[in-house]
Amino acid sequence: MNVSQHMSDKARKHLKSRYAKERRFRFYGLSAVLFAIASLGWLLLSLFATGLTAFQEHYVTLEAEMTVSAFAPPDQRSVETLRIADYKSIVENAIEAKFPDVRTAGEKDLLFALISESGATDHLRKRVVRNPDIIGSKIVMTVPTSDQVDQLLKGHIDRNVPEARRQISDQQILWLDDLRARGAIKKKFNSILFFNPDSRDPELAGIASAAVGSVMIVIIAFILALPIGVGAAIYLDEFAPRNRLRDWVEININNLAAVPSIIFGLLGLAVFINIFGFQRSIPLVGGMVLALRAFPTIVIATRAALRSVSPAMVDGALSLGASHVQAVFQQKVPQAMPGILTGSIVSMALVLGETAPLLMIGMVAFVTEIPTTVTDPATALPVQIFLWSESPERAWSERTAAAILILLAILMTMNALAIWLRSRLGKRR
Amino acid sequence: MTDKIKFKCRNVRVQYGDLEALHGIDIDIADRGVTAFIGPSGCGKSTFLRAFNRMNETIGGAKFSGQILMDGEDIYDPSLDPVLLRARVGMVFQKPNPFPKSIYDNVAYGPRIHGLTETQAELDSLVEKSLRRAGLWEEVKDRLTEQGTDLSGGQQQRLVIARAIAISPEVILMDEPASALDPIATARLEALIEELKTRYCIIIVTHSMAQAARVSDKTAFFYEGDLIEYDDTEKIFTNPDNQRTQDYITGRTG
Amino acid sequence: MEIIQLYTLLLIGVLSIGGFAYNRNVARASVRALRQSGPAETRWHSHPNYHGYLTGWSVALVGFGLFIIFNLVFPNQVALQTVSILLGTSLAGLLVFKKIAPAFPARIYTERFIKTTLLALSGLAILTTFGIVFSLIFESLRFFADVPLFDFLTGLKWSPQTAVRSDQIGSSGAFGAVPVLLGTFIIMAIAIGVAGPVGLMIAIYLSEYASRRMRAIVKPIIEILAGIPTVVFGFFALLTVGPAIRNLTDALGIAVPTQSALSAGVVMGVMIIPLISSLSDDVINAVPRSLRDGAYALGATKSETMKQVIFPSALPGIMAAFLLAISRAIGETMIVVMAAGRAANLTGNPFESVTTVTVQIVALLTGGPEFDSTKTLAAFALGLVLFAITLILNIIALRTVRKYREVSLA
Repeated sequence: MNVSQHMSDKARKHLKSRYAKERRFRFYGLSAVLFAIASLGWLLLSLFATGLTAFQEHYVTLEAEMTVSAFAPPDQRSVETLRIADYKSIVENAIEAKFPDVRTAGEKDLLFALISESGATDHLRKRVVRNPDIIGSKIVMTVPTSDQVDQLLKGHIDRNVPEARRQISDQQILWLDDLRARGAIKKKFNSILFFNPDSRDPELAGIASAAVGSVMIVIIAFILALPIGVGAAIYLDEFAPRNRLRDWVEININNLAAVPSIIFGLLGLAVFINIFGFQRSIPLVGGMVLALRAFPTIVIATRAALRSVSPAMVDGALSLGASHVQAVFQQKVPQAMPGILTGSIVSMALVLGETAPLLMIGMVAFVTEIPTTVTDPATALPVQIFLWSESPERAWSERTAAAILILLAILMTMNALAIWLRSRLGKRR
Repeated sequence: MTDKIKFKCRNVRVQYGDLEALHGIDIDIADRGVTAFIGPSGCGKSTFLRAFNRMNETIGGAKFSGQILMDGEDIYDPSLDPVLLRARVGMVFQKPNPFPKSIYDNVAYGPRIHGLTETQAELDSLVEKSLRRAGLWEEVKDRLTEQGTDLSGGQQQRLVIARAIAISPEVILMDEPASALDPIATARLEALIEELKTRYCIIIVTHSMAQAARVSDKTAFFYEGDLIEYDDTEKIFTNPDNQRTQDYITGRTG
Repeated sequence: MEIIQLYTLLLIGVLSIGGFAYNRNVARASVRALRQSGPAETRWHSHPNYHGYLTGWSVALVGFGLFIIFNLVFPNQVALQTVSILLGTSLAGLLVFKKIAPAFPARIYTERFIKTTLLALSGLAILTTFGIVFSLIFESLRFFADVPLFDFLTGLKWSPQTAVRSDQIGSSGAFGAVPVLLGTFIIMAIAIGVAGPVGLMIAIYLSEYASRRMRAIVKPIIEILAGIPTVVFGFFALLTVGPAIRNLTDALGIAVPTQSALSAGVVMGVMIIPLISSLSDDVINAVPRSLRDGAYALGATKSETMKQVIFPSALPGIMAAFLLAISRAIGETMIVVMAAGRAANLTGNPFESVTTVTVQIVALLTGGPEFDSTKTLAAFALGLVLFAITLILNIIALRTVRKYREVSLA
């Protein structure tokens, strides 16, 4: 009997070492899975830890005396003159009214630095332009605090570090605590982040201009890429003669889907801007460039969807005397629609997250106005994130992380929509 | 042929999910010679075969109950290692499945993982011995470095048998080993089985009743997950006790 | 793009829909008339709708053609453009109108239109590639007129800024791409060093060891990594990983800047994990079950089966997955722009800050440069190098991967 060979001590020892190897291998596999999950967890955690606080901001409530002398005489009042009135002094007086003891100019500057200068003056300017009758009266205004104050109140600046190592002085902290004790400081939902355009001051910066730019870009890219992608896919799968040229086009499209996105930016710069003479920094060009970036993935998704439709569908239509074109457009394409839609949404998510090609065509401008047409200078959400990330201050990184959270939320929604569509439309079949 | 029993099976049931493929099989299988499992498609004969080396466990969702004793030892005992079991119970599949390696490496694969040889010379001679036993040596001795997948179907099947023999199994399970072969290759394979049965316990699942009649000593007829009849091959094919067996071997049911 | 042109496009749309509706109704009416008047069983070749479709297509084609001609050849001739579009489209509509008859094969013409349009759309794919190749080559040639190709590919010094300032355009060394290529290679190697083993082991673990439930949970989580925009990974590298590596190495007594090849490479590796794991997963699952069975039946353990039987036969596919991952790593932009730094150090030290091809392209082109300066053209030369390398990698890889699935590589 040869039983002994597998049951011998030697064989048992060998088996033991084989099992040790097996366990090691399995452990490596599990570690790899855990590494990937931990990386994702760390990424999300660090974004939440940094960005969550940006969804709230501290505001200070002051009483402002709208002194007549700060404005042009009544007979010269127009929107223009109202815009350039001396709002700064009104704001200064309003904050000094809270602390009548403060006398020296240096101290006054420090006091004034507690509130967001542009935030307060913009606030007053808007209200006066809307209703000039408030000139001469006393109004209550709630305006953002300066970014340093906001960070201190959120606990991101440590009160215990020596004064020299923080940008906010002990005196300012005393004033702040005083204001807080008097109930003049409130923490509110940070609507500025959502509804303001970009700004030099973190406490006034918002994603609105970038979000509108992104929406324009995605819509243009969708309008262009969907017909191109679906049309090309239908042609390649249904009507193209099976020959070398078709294979070549196919390889070409698969390759385009894997070309680095920055190359599409170079294409846009060389062709759309230099040859066709489009302006830089406009959503129209951004949309066109990203349409080229996105359509190969739509082609690939559409072809996969077309192939999943049973050929019996087309055969059935043909046997009833339909033409090839009729059979394809009336039977096959509707059946493939869920797959096509899902692929399109996924590719639009790709477009929404794309940054590098937009840098190439100059969409990195500092845009302080919300674009209204596709030929206004604009930026996009990911580019805005990139721009903000270049400022190292805590107030900026907080807002960068918040903008990322918003972007990720939109992308997750789009992907969830794609999955939901696929399962829902798939079921009806 | 000895009367020694290799496998004692008691109340063997295999379930895939809610579906029971075998409804309690009792059978004793002799230590030498060929036992054939026959029956229509889906009767559970392949599932039963794969129970002897616990290959069913490599597919998720298969559940075994009952007992299979190999030389008195329960092969489903939790302390028994399926890896070791499979070294003792070899298997040949329906479609030849040589690894995409050289002919030599295919045969040497088992001895290497189980650490059966110490020196290169020992391994060389084991490979040669196995190939000789599988009746393939003369055809491949000059091309041992060629890919196993380059051989013809019949040669591939004998290579796979050589691969199984190389780790000195006590049992060889064959799952319709000739179904992918042409008649000439089938004849060679059957001649090989004839030779091997003096050394190993062989269990063969086959669709071909003629093949069962030619190569086996005992035959078991399965029908819808039950063992209907089990007896000497001659008896089964000439004078079965059961009407269903009669119908099957005369071709009235398929 | 003036607003008037938008209206012109709208006009063309309205005209073609109008043409469609009008001629379809005419065709319908004559079908009806014919049916009532004569006993003769005249069969119409094409359904009335097709007479309409044909009109719509013709009108749109003529209108759009004129629109393009005017914009390219006679820009700003709005009145003339509008008049000729009105005339041209009416003529097209009239031509089809004249043809409406039972024997007229409107469907055949319509389908020819459709097929030609689809052909043109797939032609755009080729046009895009040609556009990329020609624009890169054209601008690069202008660059190589200033800086010899040989100097570009072998030069050890990369400092485009000083070259421009000192009016020494093309002088030796300023546009030597070696440090840039080396930096690209270092970061790619780190990224693949992370993503390769991790991605591969994930694929193996999920296909061989994980329970069905675990697979159902883990796979989507890993897919999430693939859906995160690169700018987010860049911020993660800059904000979290870079400082973490600096703190860690500070403790070890090595000085590492926050922006280093290491942090960019590691984060890029994490980004690439899903690409490798999902491609490898497909490849491993494509290995025939019979090979697994063969190995298990010989008493091989799972890891032995994987390492000695499945892995070798899946190797071509896994290699292809790695090539695609390399191509992705080389072309990745935002992570390196944000986390790797911009200094063109000629170094093999992963703890230093290095620069890459993509970083330099961004650095050379952002900030509104004049288009003709050597600096700008250098970006295109780098782009050409990048495109050539990734093209070769992609084509080799795609040939192999195509056997396993139609990939969405994005």
